[in-house]
Amino acid sequence: MNSPSLLMVSNIAKHFGGVRAVNGLSFELAKGELLGLIGPNGSGKTTLVNLITGFIKPTTGKITYKSRDITGWPSYKIVRLGVARTFQMVKPFYQLPAYKNMIIPLYSPRVKKMTGGKYGDRDAMALDLLEEVGFERDSFVAYKVASALPQGYLKRLELAKAIALQPDLLILDELFSGLSLAEVAGILPIIEKLRHEGKTIIMIEHRLKELFRIADRIIVLNYGEKIADGKPADVMENEEVKNAYLGSE
Amino acid sequence: MLPGALVYGFVNSVILALVALGFNLTFGISGVANFAYGALYILGGLLSWVLFNSMGLPYFFAVLFSVLLTAVAGALMYRFVLLRIRGMVLSEVIATFGIGLAILELLKYLGFIGFEYTLPVFIDYSIDIGSVTIDLQRIFIVIIGIAMSAFLWFFTHHTRTGLRFRGIAQDERTALSLGINSDRVAMLSVSFGAAYAAIAAIVILPLGTINVEEGYHVLINALAVCIVGGLGSTGGVVIASFLIGYAQIFTVFYLESHWVMLVPLIAILTILIIKPSGIYGKQKELEERI
Amino acid sequence: MKKRKERIDRGIKVRSSDVFALLSWREMLYLSFPRLLPIVGLVVLSFTLSIYWQKVLLSVSVFALLAISWDILAQSGMISLGQALFFGMGAYLSGIMNYYWGWPPFLTIPIATIMGGLISTLLLLPVLRLRGIYFSMVTLILPLMLVRIVEATRIFGGTEGISGLTPLPTRWVELYLIIIVLLAALFGFRRLMNSDFGLVLKGINDNDQSVMNAGINIYWFKAQALFIGGSVGAFSGAFMTHVYMFVGMPVFALDYSILPIAAAVVGGIGTFAGSMLGAFILVPLSEILRGLGGLRIVFYGLFLVIFIVVLPEGIFHYIQRKYHQFERWVEVE
Repeated sequence: MNSPSLLMVSNIAKHFGGVRAVNGLSFELAKGELLGLIGPNGSGKTTLVNLITGFIKPTTGKITYKSRDITGWPSYKIVRLGVARTFQMVKPFYQLPAYKNMIIPLYSPRVKKMTGGKYGDRDAMALDLLEEVGFERDSFVAYKVASALPQGYLKRLELAKAIALQPDLLILDELFSGLSLAEVAGILPIIEKLRHEGKTIIMIEHRLKELFRIADRIIVLNYGEKIADGKPADVMENEEVKNAYLGSE
Repeated sequence: MLPGALVYGFVNSVILALVALGFNLTFGISGVANFAYGALYILGGLLSWVLFNSMGLPYFFAVLFSVLLTAVAGALMYRFVLLRIRGMVLSEVIATFGIGLAILELLKYLGFIGFEYTLPVFIDYSIDIGSVTIDLQRIFIVIIGIAMSAFLWFFTHHTRTGLRFRGIAQDERTALSLGINSDRVAMLSVSFGAAYAAIAAIVILPLGTINVEEGYHVLINALAVCIVGGLGSTGGVVIASFLIGYAQIFTVFYLESHWVMLVPLIAILTILIIKPSGIYGKQKELEERI
Repeated sequence: MKKRKERIDRGIKVRSSDVFALLSWREMLYLSFPRLLPIVGLVVLSFTLSIYWQKVLLSVSVFALLAISWDILAQSGMISLGQALFFGMGAYLSGIMNYYWGWPPFLTIPIATIMGGLISTLLLLPVLRLRGIYFSMVTLILPLMLVRIVEATRIFGGTEGISGLTPLPTRWVELYLIIIVLLAALFGFRRLMNSDFGLVLKGINDNDQSVMNAGINIYWFKAQALFIGGSVGAFSGAFMTHVYMFVGMPVFALDYSILPIAAAVVGGIGTFAGSMLGAFILVPLSEILRGLGGLRIVFYGLFLVIFIVVLPEGIFHYIQRKYHQFERWVEVE
């Protein structure tokens, strides 16, 4: 057996009444991989992420993370093991300035664990993290209240909030949606840097061109099932994938 | 004793269900919290009394008009107060609570207390079921209760307006984008709930006197049944009514009657421990909201 | 030429808040005045009022405490419709300890405060996982149920209650105890909510999924907030038991649930000073209106409705705005 995978999803299924959002899905993720999760709308990508991060409980199936069975765990416990996610529809605390938004993840027991039992100067850490994702210090944009920030900054804030948790597995749900090409080009280096730091990343995306440039591996979902799993180039040649996205003739 | 307990238990349960359904309709199905419910109940009863006794209308018309007037009161409450604070649950609760309070205490102040305030029984007659004597009014209550539950179920599942009611509770934005005027529908649901309260009052109040304190009891009982049965679920409310209703009657018959009010409390505490969202509760736990 | 109203922070506010470099006596006064006002005001009032109005001040302070306790729960996302639950819990606990075990007030009051907070929190723990409306419903029902339990089972004195309890040493001890606790709660809670802990609580109120997402157990935080608010409420109850030397069913009365909410709504939700202000307005008002009997509650009800619809931010926010900002008309570009 090769080295244990970071994340193992076995036969996971989630039924909402009659709807099978996720239907018998299995895959393994090794440490350091950058996995792209794609598929038409409604194919179960976000549901899968919600299942992995503990926001919803699976109907059947098992999820193993760092060799521990985390099936059915509440989300805050899973985050403490080192999983962090961003939301497709960003969820900032709109009434607070950007750097205050960061205080809340920095108050997390996960951060306490990772910094060896002490919290440290949260305000300073907040500003540093925001600078890393592109909040230029000289413009003091980090002090602006979140409701006044444009989408590009809000997405970066969302990313910063996830990075603050020092995760080993980072899940980005449609980070690029709503961003201009320039903004995406600005964020890509940040993701590259995270990879170099050894983080494992799952990215749900619709913007395939940008995704394919950085992903090691692609999984395609359709109607809650996995229809392809492999290198980007191979996956795009797959007939079933083409039909799923473009519709059959 | 047992047959008596069974029969009266049934009646009590239906009374509870009747009272809880209107509240459940407004909150559970349309998402509008209406803590003025108890006040509307008493208002319905007193309006009937006033129309019948002071204005001398034939009873049938007094009843009809009081139900309509109460429904209008509900609609007005929505139009002038709730409309401005839709969506802010805190404000809705406080405002409706305040209104209910104001109405009940005003009625108390105006002196609507006393034995002369009773509503006439529909038919003053008793029949025997097996070894149990029961008055026809209670039977009438059961019939109305069942009819109204059935109507409510049918209405919310099979008519367009009813489906709209459920639509705005589930996802208001989607409902709006489908052309459902959510404000108008919410107003209708508050009126409906108010009308239900009035009908329940007219049917149940003849059993005793119109006592303004009843307004608070009604709200408490409605809340208790909804908590145990699960807000939003008609089935749950009915089951909870029967559980609590029978438990109460059994307590009266077999234990001492002053333990009666302990029953809803124990039911609430129990359900909170076992399944806080209620028997058929559709309240997803916080984590499960996506 | 169209004009619009523009609101800007006053210079003195800007200089004194973020940067905190105080340059003159005037600025120090600007900052310290709002904080000194309640302290000095309360002390002065306690000396200058007649005995009757001192009793009213006592009552005002108790309700102000309940309102502040309501406010901290509300800021954490929990709308309590039953402050009477905490009040009554504290009242009965201290009454029971005093009557059945003979413990003196300086023991019963602190113990009742902690125990009251603890028991209330445990009772409400299951509903913390559900939507906010459930919390409100359960807090509304519990005190009403508890009244009926006491009435029905006739425990702890039943309908007559327990009387002949130990009073506090002197009138002045009574007054100053409650005033000190009130001020401590006011400034203490403000400190708490301005800290990072409070930030998390406000975050839970705003967007609990986001907080969960940060690996924070929101239920634990809510429970803590509940304990803190509940204990303060329990204190008021325990205190009053020894002032009236009596505890009975009335401690669970609706009055104790409604007035704090009305005070907070009128005075300003989200600022503890506002809740206190609301109590200072409403309680004396209700004293004056005492002659109207039941109509009092009608007024509370109407006040509640009018304020929540027309001026939901409350009076204090309005005053705060005027103090910290000025308005002027500018041309629309």
